[in-house]
Amino acid sequence: MELQTWIYIFVGGTFMLYIGIAVWARASTTSEFYVAGKGIHPVANGMATAADWMSAASFISMAGLIAFKGYDASVYLMGWTGGYVLLAMLLAPYLRKFGKFTVPEFIGERYYSQTARVVAVICLIVASITYVIGQMKGVGVAFGRFLEVDFEVGVLVGMSIVFVYAVLGGMKGITYTQIAQYCVLIFAYTIPAIFISLTLTGNPVPQLGLGSELADGSGYMLAKLDTVMMDLGFKAYTVQKGTSLNMVLLTLSLMIGTAGLPHVIIRFFTVPKVRDARASAGWALVFIAILYTTAPAVGSMARLNMINTVNGVDSQGTAYTALPSWFKRWENTGLLAWYDHNGDGKVQHAAGKAFGGKGKPSFVANDDGSAKRGGYGERVVSNPSDGGRATGAPFANEIYVDRDIMVLANPEIADLPFWVIALVAAGGLAAALSTAAGLLLAISSAISHDLLKGIFRPDISEKQELMAGRIAMAGAIIVAGYLGMNPPGFAAQVVALAFGLAASSIFPALMMGIFYKKMNNTGAVAGMLSGLGSTLVYIFVYKGWLFIPGTNNLANTADNWIMGIQPESFGAVGALINFVVAIIVSRVTAAPPEHIQHLVEDIRVPKGAGAATGH
Amino acid sequence: MSGSSGEYWKANIRLVSILLVIWFVVSYLFGIILVDTLNQIQIGGVGLGFWFAQQGSIFTFLILIFVYAKKMNALDRKFNVHED
Repeated sequence: MELQTWIYIFVGGTFMLYIGIAVWARASTTSEFYVAGKGIHPVANGMATAADWMSAASFISMAGLIAFKGYDASVYLMGWTGGYVLLAMLLAPYLRKFGKFTVPEFIGERYYSQTARVVAVICLIVASITYVIGQMKGVGVAFGRFLEVDFEVGVLVGMSIVFVYAVLGGMKGITYTQIAQYCVLIFAYTIPAIFISLTLTGNPVPQLGLGSELADGSGYMLAKLDTVMMDLGFKAYTVQKGTSLNMVLLTLSLMIGTAGLPHVIIRFFTVPKVRDARASAGWALVFIAILYTTAPAVGSMARLNMINTVNGVDSQGTAYTALPSWFKRWENTGLLAWYDHNGDGKVQHAAGKAFGGKGKPSFVANDDGSAKRGGYGERVVSNPSDGGRATGAPFANEIYVDRDIMVLANPEIADLPFWVIALVAAGGLAAALSTAAGLLLAISSAISHDLLKGIFRPDISEKQELMAGRIAMAGAIIVAGYLGMNPPGFAAQVVALAFGLAASSIFPALMMGIFYKKMNNTGAVAGMLSGLGSTLVYIFVYKGWLFIPGTNNLANTADNWIMGIQPESFGAVGALINFVVAIIVSRVTAAPPEHIQHLVEDIRVPKGAGAATGH
Repeated sequence: MSGSSGEYWKANIRLVSILLVIWFVVSYLFGIILVDTLNQIQIGGVGLGFWFAQQGSIFTFLILIFVYAKKMNALDRKFNVHED
């Protein structure tokens, strides 16, 4: 069977499954719509949380990030998992005990302030919308690369699928589809990894393969990778390149940000009991760790595989015409490009940029729109670099490699059967759709429950609120799809912004609400605004105000950063500012009323959580 | 807060503090700050510091959460604040 046929079968089959679940798991009450009726088993919720959390970026881009950054990419591995420790111990059980539907609802009630609730809604919507744009783009890209359909068509198909199960089923439908999506994505991720580890090291467990000797007897895999990379003028794979301060702060920002992201927190509202919320965070991390501990093996092995394939056995390059078919296939998608700097017809990979400007290739097209081909059949590129050798490199680098290729092309590089490639396509889509749905639910519940029911129209009936929730969901899907197709310039900055906001505003407000009984409304609002404000200013100063290019006050380089702190790492500092300001302000203003202090005492103990519902 | 639930909260804070110290040590200390020193020790073909940064910390996080869940459930019963 052809590759395309396999992909249609896998993608079509999984989509049918998601729709089937939607029909089966319809929501008929607001509790089902917002929190799946609080009836999800902790292990099932752990699986759904893992799919909710692991986005298109985790699935497609992370291994590539590790492949290219080596040791320094550890910040993502630790940052995106360590947050679950904070979530499990500092937030999830208490927020579950509180027993309501949304994160802003807790903030509004705990700080007896509609202002606090509105500030929380704004942070939630900004963080979630920026995040969801990336997912919608991921859906379009996955469709485009695997099925060769237009990007817009891909986004539209993805939107329609999410529309069916999220509007009908709300959190209930989303939960069960996320469980199915987790199964799809984890198989898609681990199967190629097992094959690659087996081929390279003889060990079928990728986690162990990382520390194993190579099957060809040339020593330990990582030691070999270090040597190969240094020979090509790169820094050694396992050696630190950034500063320790930056690594610590970035890891901390990602951890706090993870714990403060509303679409993750609300997943813990769906379990029946407080003790389920504790266990569920552990299960979520089990399911996440399966992928996250596989990723370092995939990254390092894919890098070694790629260098070996391109530079060949004698390390002098491989003739373009002799390269395996995957090279040409991914060259067609623009993720790979080659310019023959030394004119020897061979493809060589080393440190340095093969292309000018930002290092990305600009392909030349024929008049009829088709790709222009050179003498060897390669795609012609208009912006080669000067072809100089980088320090320590044996030859000029001749190729551009997009980091996403480390996962997308992995099955082909390892020569796996077509159905594995099809599975990877379905897995990438599952990762993007499951995260998109979770984010959309966080957005729509903030609109229908916090803004409409909580502030503007408290008198609406449950039926009306459920309808409003569905309409808000539909609206959010349309906005997200539109932004996915027409991504604003800042879409690439999503990570810095979403995590910065969650870390500097939401996490401290939630934590102090539970652990500091005397925290009052003025303190919390002042803390949130100063944490948020300082983080936004720090990001905008280097990346441009509202990310408009050219409006940055300082160039975004290490020399200009205060104490060498990169904008992505500032969330942790913003959180600290939030804590300090909130505590000082709360000390000099009136203590919270008696009933609020009782509320805090009540959420600190599990007893009496079972019966709690929305209203 | 009554006497016994005050004790419960103190025991909870003590437990969480211990677990978060371990959380800090395996990731920030072993994985980043002391990485070069620990890399002197090799397990298989991986430096210990590198291993903590890319795998060991994640495994430790897992254990921490399950220990927390188990100990908290025990505390809930001891202070009679458990559900049902």
